Amino acid sequence: MNRLTPYTAVVSARYRNLLQYRAAAFAGFVTQLFWGAVRLMIFGAFYATAEGPQPMNMVEVVAYVWLGQAMLGMLPWNTDADFQEQVASGAVAYDLLRPLDLYGYWFARTLAFRTATTTLRAIPMMIFAMLLLPAFGLADWALPAPSGAALIGFLVAITAAALLSTAITVLAHISMLWTLSGEGVDRIMPSFVTILSGMVVPLPLFPDWLQPFLEWQPFRGLCDVPYRIYSGNIPIAEAASEIAFTLAWTVVIVWFGRFLLSRGVRRLVVQGG
Amino acid sequence: MTDSIAMLARYFGVSIRAQLQYRTSFLLSAAGQFLNSAIEFLGLWALFDRFGHLAGWSFAEVAFFYGVINCTFAIADALTTGFDRFGSHYVKTGDFDRLLLRPRPTALQLAGHEFALRRIGRLLQGLIVLAWAISALDIPWDAARVALLLLTVAGGVAFFFGLMVLQASLCFWTTESLEIMNVLTYGGVETAQYPLSIYHIAFRRIFTFVVPLGCIGYFPIVAVLGVDDPLGTGRVFQALAPLAGVAFLGLSFVAWGFGVRRYTSTGS
Repeated sequence: MNRLTPYTAVVSARYRNLLQYRAAAFAGFVTQLFWGAVRLMIFGAFYATAEGPQPMNMVEVVAYVWLGQAMLGMLPWNTDADFQEQVASGAVAYDLLRPLDLYGYWFARTLAFRTATTTLRAIPMMIFAMLLLPAFGLADWALPAPSGAALIGFLVAITAAALLSTAITVLAHISMLWTLSGEGVDRIMPSFVTILSGMVVPLPLFPDWLQPFLEWQPFRGLCDVPYRIYSGNIPIAEAASEIAFTLAWTVVIVWFGRFLLSRGVRRLVVQGG
Repeated sequence: MTDSIAMLARYFGVSIRAQLQYRTSFLLSAAGQFLNSAIEFLGLWALFDRFGHLAGWSFAEVAFFYGVINCTFAIADALTTGFDRFGSHYVKTGDFDRLLLRPRPTALQLAGHEFALRRIGRLLQGLIVLAWAISALDIPWDAARVALLLLTVAGGVAFFFGLMVLQASLCFWTTESLEIMNVLTYGGVETAQYPLSIYHIAFRRIFTFVVPLGCIGYFPIVAVLGVDDPLGTGRVFQALAPLAGVAFLGLSFVAWGFGVRRYTSTGS
C-alpha cells in the first residue's frame, strides 16, 4: 500500500488542480448537450425511414450518443498542455530525478488529466439526459436506464476504457521526447480517435465489410465496448470477453510505451541551462 | 476605404509570410484540419451506405450542403482569428488600448491580426466534396444558379464573421473569451451539414429567425439544387435568404460598437 502512496497523491493533486475551471466545464456541458441533440435528430431522421432491422436499434443509439457526450473528455484526443511545456522548457528532466518509476508517474498524472474533468461533466450529463429530458416531454431522446447487470458491466468497461485511454495518451506524451512539440500529435490524433472509437458513428452502423477490421482495433475499447454493454447491444454474457479485449490492448500499449520511454530517456538531451 | 483595403492586404501579407516561416507546423495544421473534416464526411458516407437516404435526401444532395457550409466556414474562420483570440490577447492584456490609439477602425485591425492559412485544409476538403456532389447531381447550371451559390457563400462568410464579432464583443463584459459561442460556430457547421428539414421545429425556428444559419445554407441551396422544399418555402424567399447573413453581420458590428464604448482597460 505504502508504495502506491506517491502515485495516488499525484492523481489527487492533479484532480484538485484541474477541477478549478468550473465555468469552462459549464460551457462544455451546454456544448455537449447541443451536440447530443443534433446527433440524435440526425440519427432519428435516418432511422425514421430505415428499411428492415439494423445492427442497433434507435434506443441503443440514443444511449450511445448520450454516453459519448458524457464521456467525451475521456477520449485520448489531445495531450496535456502542462506536459508539453515541461518538455519544451526541459523541466521534464526533474521527473527523472524523482525516486519513482517514470512510466508509473506519468501514467498517474495522465490518468488524472484524462478523467478529472470527465467526472465533473459525466454525472450531471447522465442525470440530465436520463431524468430531465423525459420531464420536458422528450422521453424518446432520454438516456434509457440500464439493467443492473448491464450497469455493472458498463462501470467495469468504462474503467478499462479510462486505463486504455490513459495508456494511449501517455504514448503520445512519450512521442514528444522525439518531436519536442505536441502540435503534430494534437492535430492528427482527434481524427483517428473519434472515428475508430465510434464517436462519429456507432461502429456497428459502418458497412458490414469493414466490421472485421473495426472489431480488432484498440480504439473500440474506448466507446463502442462500454456503451454497447450499457444498452444491452452487447449481451452481458459477452461483456467479460469484450472487457478482456480492452485490457489486453491496454497491456500491449503500456508495454510499448515503457519500451519507447526507456529508449527515449537514453537519448534525452535537456535544453538550455 | 481603398486605404483600409490596402492596409488589410498588407496585414495579411505579413501574416502569411510569418506562417510560412514555420512550414512544418503549417503543413501539420492544414493536414489536421483536412483530416478532421474528412473524418466527418466518412461518417456521413457510412450512414448513407447503411440507410440509403436521409428522409428522402440523397447522399449527393447532403454532400452539397456539407461542401458549401465547410467552404464558407473555412473562409470566415481564416479571417477572424483576431476576434477569436480577442479576450485572451487584447482585453486581458490591455493590448486593446493600442488598437484604440491608431487612427483606423478597431474591427479592421482585428481582422488583420492573422490570416489563418491553416484553414486551407478544411476549405480544400469542402471543395473536393462539393466538386464530387456537383458531378454526381446533374444540376442544370445557369447564371442565376451560379450567382445564388456565390451569394450563399458570401452571406455565410458574413454570418460566421458576425458570430465571431459577437463572441469578441462579449469579452468587453466578461474579459475572458467564452467557449460557449462554439455551440453556434462549430455547432452551427455541424448542424448545417445536414438539411434543416430533418430537425425539430424549435431548432428550425431558432436557426431561421434568431441565428439565421438556415438562411445561409439550407434555403438558398434548396433553390440551387432545384428541389421543392419540404418545409414549403418559395423560391423568392430562398434566393433572398443569404442577405440575412449580411444583416446579421451588421447587427454584430452594432453590438461591437456598444462594447467598444463601454471598454475600460484592465490596466495591465
